[in-house]
Amino acid sequence: MSGYQGKKNIPRITSDRLLIKGAKIVNDDQSFCADIYMEDGLIKQIGENLIVPGGVKTIDAHGRMLMPGGIDVHTRFQMPDRGMTAADDFYQGTRAALAGGTTMIIDHVVPEPGATLLSSFEQWRQWADSKSCCDYSLHVDVTEWHKGIQEEMETLIKDHGVNSFLVYLAYKDIFQLSDSQVYEVFSTIRDLGAIAQVHAENGDIIAEEQQRILSLGITGPEGHVLSRPEEVEAEAVNRSVTIANQTNCPLYITKVMSKSAADVIAMARKKGTVVYGEPITASLGTDGSHYWSKNWAKAAAYVTSPPLSPDPTTPDYLNSLLSCGDLQVTGSGHCTFNTAQRAVGKDDFSLIPEGTNGTEERMSLIWDKCVVTGKMDENQFVAVTSTNAAKIFNLYPRKGRIAVGSDADLVLWDPDITKIISAKSHNSAVEYNIFEGLEVRGGPLVVISQGKIVLEEGTLHTTEGSGRYIPRKPFPDYVYKRIKARSRLAELRGVPRGLYDGPVCEVSVTPKTMTPASSAKTSPAKQPSQPVRNLHQSGFSLSGAQVDDNIPRRNTQRIVAPPGGRANITSLG
Amino acid sequence: MSYQGKKNIPKITSDRLLIKGGRIVNDDQSFYADIYMEDGLIKQIGDNLIVPGGVKTIEANGKMVIPGGIDIHTHFQMPYRGTTTVDDFCQGSKAALAGGTTMIVDHVIPEPGASLLEAFDHWKEWADEKACCDYSLHVDITHWNDSVKQEVETLIKEKGVNSFQVYMAYKDFYQMSNSELYEIFTFLAEMGGIVQVHAENGEIIAEEQARMLEMGITGPEGHVLSRPEELEAEAVFRAITIASQTNCPLYVTRVMSKSAADIISQARKKGNVVFGEPITASLGTDGTHYWSKNWAKAASFVTSPPLSPDPTTPDYLNTLLSSGDLNVTGSAHCTFSVAQKAIGKDDFTQIPEGVNGVEERMSLIWDKAVVTGKMDENMFVAVTSTNAAKILNLYPRKGRIAVGSDSDLVIWDSDAVRTVTAKTHHSAAEYNIFEGLELRGGPMVVICQGKIVLEDGNLHATSGTGRFLPCSPFPDFAYKRVKARKQLAVIRAVPRGMYDGPVADFSPLSRGATPASSARTSPTKQTPVRNLHHSGFSLAGSPQQQQQHGPPADDAPIRPGGRRIVVPPGGRSNITSLS
Repeated sequence: MSGYQGKKNIPRITSDRLLIKGAKIVNDDQSFCADIYMEDGLIKQIGENLIVPGGVKTIDAHGRMLMPGGIDVHTRFQMPDRGMTAADDFYQGTRAALAGGTTMIIDHVVPEPGATLLSSFEQWRQWADSKSCCDYSLHVDVTEWHKGIQEEMETLIKDHGVNSFLVYLAYKDIFQLSDSQVYEVFSTIRDLGAIAQVHAENGDIIAEEQQRILSLGITGPEGHVLSRPEEVEAEAVNRSVTIANQTNCPLYITKVMSKSAADVIAMARKKGTVVYGEPITASLGTDGSHYWSKNWAKAAAYVTSPPLSPDPTTPDYLNSLLSCGDLQVTGSGHCTFNTAQRAVGKDDFSLIPEGTNGTEERMSLIWDKCVVTGKMDENQFVAVTSTNAAKIFNLYPRKGRIAVGSDADLVLWDPDITKIISAKSHNSAVEYNIFEGLEVRGGPLVVISQGKIVLEEGTLHTTEGSGRYIPRKPFPDYVYKRIKARSRLAELRGVPRGLYDGPVCEVSVTPKTMTPASSAKTSPAKQPSQPVRNLHQSGFSLSGAQVDDNIPRRNTQRIVAPPGGRANITSLG
Repeated sequence: MSYQGKKNIPKITSDRLLIKGGRIVNDDQSFYADIYMEDGLIKQIGDNLIVPGGVKTIEANGKMVIPGGIDIHTHFQMPYRGTTTVDDFCQGSKAALAGGTTMIVDHVIPEPGASLLEAFDHWKEWADEKACCDYSLHVDITHWNDSVKQEVETLIKEKGVNSFQVYMAYKDFYQMSNSELYEIFTFLAEMGGIVQVHAENGEIIAEEQARMLEMGITGPEGHVLSRPEELEAEAVFRAITIASQTNCPLYVTRVMSKSAADIISQARKKGNVVFGEPITASLGTDGTHYWSKNWAKAASFVTSPPLSPDPTTPDYLNTLLSSGDLNVTGSAHCTFSVAQKAIGKDDFTQIPEGVNGVEERMSLIWDKAVVTGKMDENMFVAVTSTNAAKILNLYPRKGRIAVGSDSDLVIWDSDAVRTVTAKTHHSAAEYNIFEGLELRGGPMVVICQGKIVLEDGNLHATSGTGRFLPCSPFPDFAYKRVKARKQLAVIRAVPRGMYDGPVADFSPLSRGATPASSARTSPTKQTPVRNLHHSGFSLAGSPQQQQQHGPPADDAPIRPGGRRIVVPPGGRSNITSLS
């Protein structure tokens, strides 16, 4: 289906020049038929009867759909967990992504305890630069909160092209931040123009439930989902929406796994909250009934957080919300551990390393569940698999759109391909695929990354280390136009009043037993010179030196008649 | 009204009372009948009753006779930083009776760290000495540890308390963490108590308060600006989630905003056992007054959660009360003088919180909900009296007109009109937040413990006559459903063979333990608190030794650093086969 024009003359240059003829170009707004000419990894021309140099490799699309390469907004390749490493590294992971039609991934930097955000970021960059086969970017997870973190976030945004940070409401005593800390992180993020991502589950309740479930003698993977009911996910989504509203900070919920959580997001959007929801391949394609599998290895392969919902109607529901725009972006949450690694938790589900596969299956699965079923058209498909992600994370229109000047990351899509997913044939290193046996319609025929053909006739031609780090600027328009307008409106003013000069009751400042909880972690958003002010223990007191100390006081109420008589500020009426 | 044979036995008449020609209104039906009372109890209901001579008779002339109101939320005589609210149990319960309320339930608020039992005894002593009507007590749990847990048990089993309030606001003071809430809910569900929550997110409020003060906003408007209704709704949502997890009946005190009420009604539609209590203030006025240029007026509206600045809120809450989405009404009557409020004249966070409402509650609901046709008189009885009695497990002794019930009755005049004003109200507060409001409907005669306490506009209340009514646990109204769910909620593990495949080596994550979680010990945990992410589970020696990359000295075979495969004797079972 592809042939070289004047192949013998200039074979070397051809790899950087590419012509696709007769394609139906699909963007998120429209579809149209045209030819595309690419050079040096960029789209140079779009139109008919293009004038292109000789010796250009030409692909004849035969009217098939050509769409922007997928962007997987959530991967965790090569992720360290307690001395182990996720089975798919950046090489294996990005190969799997490309095989599925995804040409860019955004991975999560998870700082190890004690490590700085910057050093972790550098570590991840090093791993990805040496191994990644497609372009990538990085989210940074904020796993603790103090003054230094705030400065590092600023540096990451200004000097390193990071514009999204994830906070955890779960993983008590490890990653979890308190509501006050989340408030401060969100305030910082808003000031710096980034996106606040949230892993939404109530970690306090989960810790209690885990203990209860273990004490009932339930140690298998079913305990994972029993201890993390979907209500706990919805609660945390609701809480983060509240905090985001308070701080006027754009919010992005990673891994929307349940109907209840999706409903909370949809409701918040109807009320005007700037919030985005990211269902993942797993929640769109399968459910949590497998946690009860008698095969421990199989059950454990589904362990991820928030867990897959045991309600089998969940995937369909989430696909519907994705189609109507209530959920906007899709990731894979791809984080694979092999069975031996999972078996670390063979006697205690709370120790099972978490994560599922999905980077390779994401595009086909959404096509099968949403486009084939008529829930969405191909334009909306492009929006949820690529364009919206590019807009939210400020990569648009370089990524997420087929236009002159955009990166030549393209997928020639065949809606008629049928494929049965199996661990035997997938490109991930993991032994188990959670979609095993699922037949999906639609898949990539040709995948072009950085202007080079990386998938053709079912064969991958990837180059380890060819992926580039794509920096992202803060204040993405798609998100921040509204935020900025609201900031301007949100100015608060006090009521101008005269000074209250009526009687003031005396008060005994009762020393309250201070709980150390709040002061244990210092919060950087506060001015460092001011000690954290306890609002219930204000320094306000009438018992110190006062101007009227010479006047003897009664113990209870005292009436002060100011010179010049009273203002009418205290009149009751 | 006339005495029958008044001259013969004048002394007994005070205990015997006949109401003739009234229309008895219960929460389920209304009907015409006479009522005969003796010794504080309703003895007979019907027509042509045979009663002893010398009984005082009241002619109701077809007016409604309703069960006396129960104000399920008051703070009389509440100590506050060395001062006390201006309405003590005498003044407060007089105001209650004047408004047609014949029973109040007050909140015992122990200082954090203080004994619940001692605080309970104090409150009981104060109330026994002064209350003019029957009362019960809620106890607020302001801190949580093993001894508190034991005290809660004692209060339920021996003292007649069945409802306990926890706070999600007042950071570093009363506020409970999610884990503590979970434990308290779990414990109370076991003991048959009702969990009441003060629902506001205290962490965010603390941040917002600091922000407001930093911006120079120090007046009462800062109070409502720092406590937007979303924070109330968020906390309600969280409380419902925890209650649902722990299968514990939930009662949300002071529903002040549309958003919070919506969350409650949604949860009820999903089947949660949750009750919402709007108060007189949220049903009758709004938060626009916080912007009053008169500081004293603005400050008098300060209560938490605050009144919503949205002026359509009262109407909305009255509608939900009428539809049954909200169930009970209190007043949260907690009054401070202007001088007391002025403690916060330079800093709104220091303004003592609370509004009046015990006297106005019944008339206000009648005016807003019955006169407007939102609810009928039966529903009125339900939300002002019956539902509260059911939740407190005092039904049908209270909350119903029936033979054997306490004779706490109100003859209701639906045509009475009065204008609320501080000049005539029975509270000691200088300011009434409903000042100038004209209300239709009010009590004509109030009978408490079988005695007439309000007649012809005159109060005849006697300080100290109020009795403490013990409330027993497991009220049917809440617990029948909870018990049924408990039976269904049995969780079983999947029977599987032992996993005997390969297991990877790993080092347990050692995260610098955050002191936050361990600062307060939780009584339901076995000490030390087990951190599930730091489990002692290890496949090779102790975790510490693992981390140092060396097996323990006595652990002879040296293991490779990477994965290791264990082949058990007898070969592998097929438990790991991937299919």
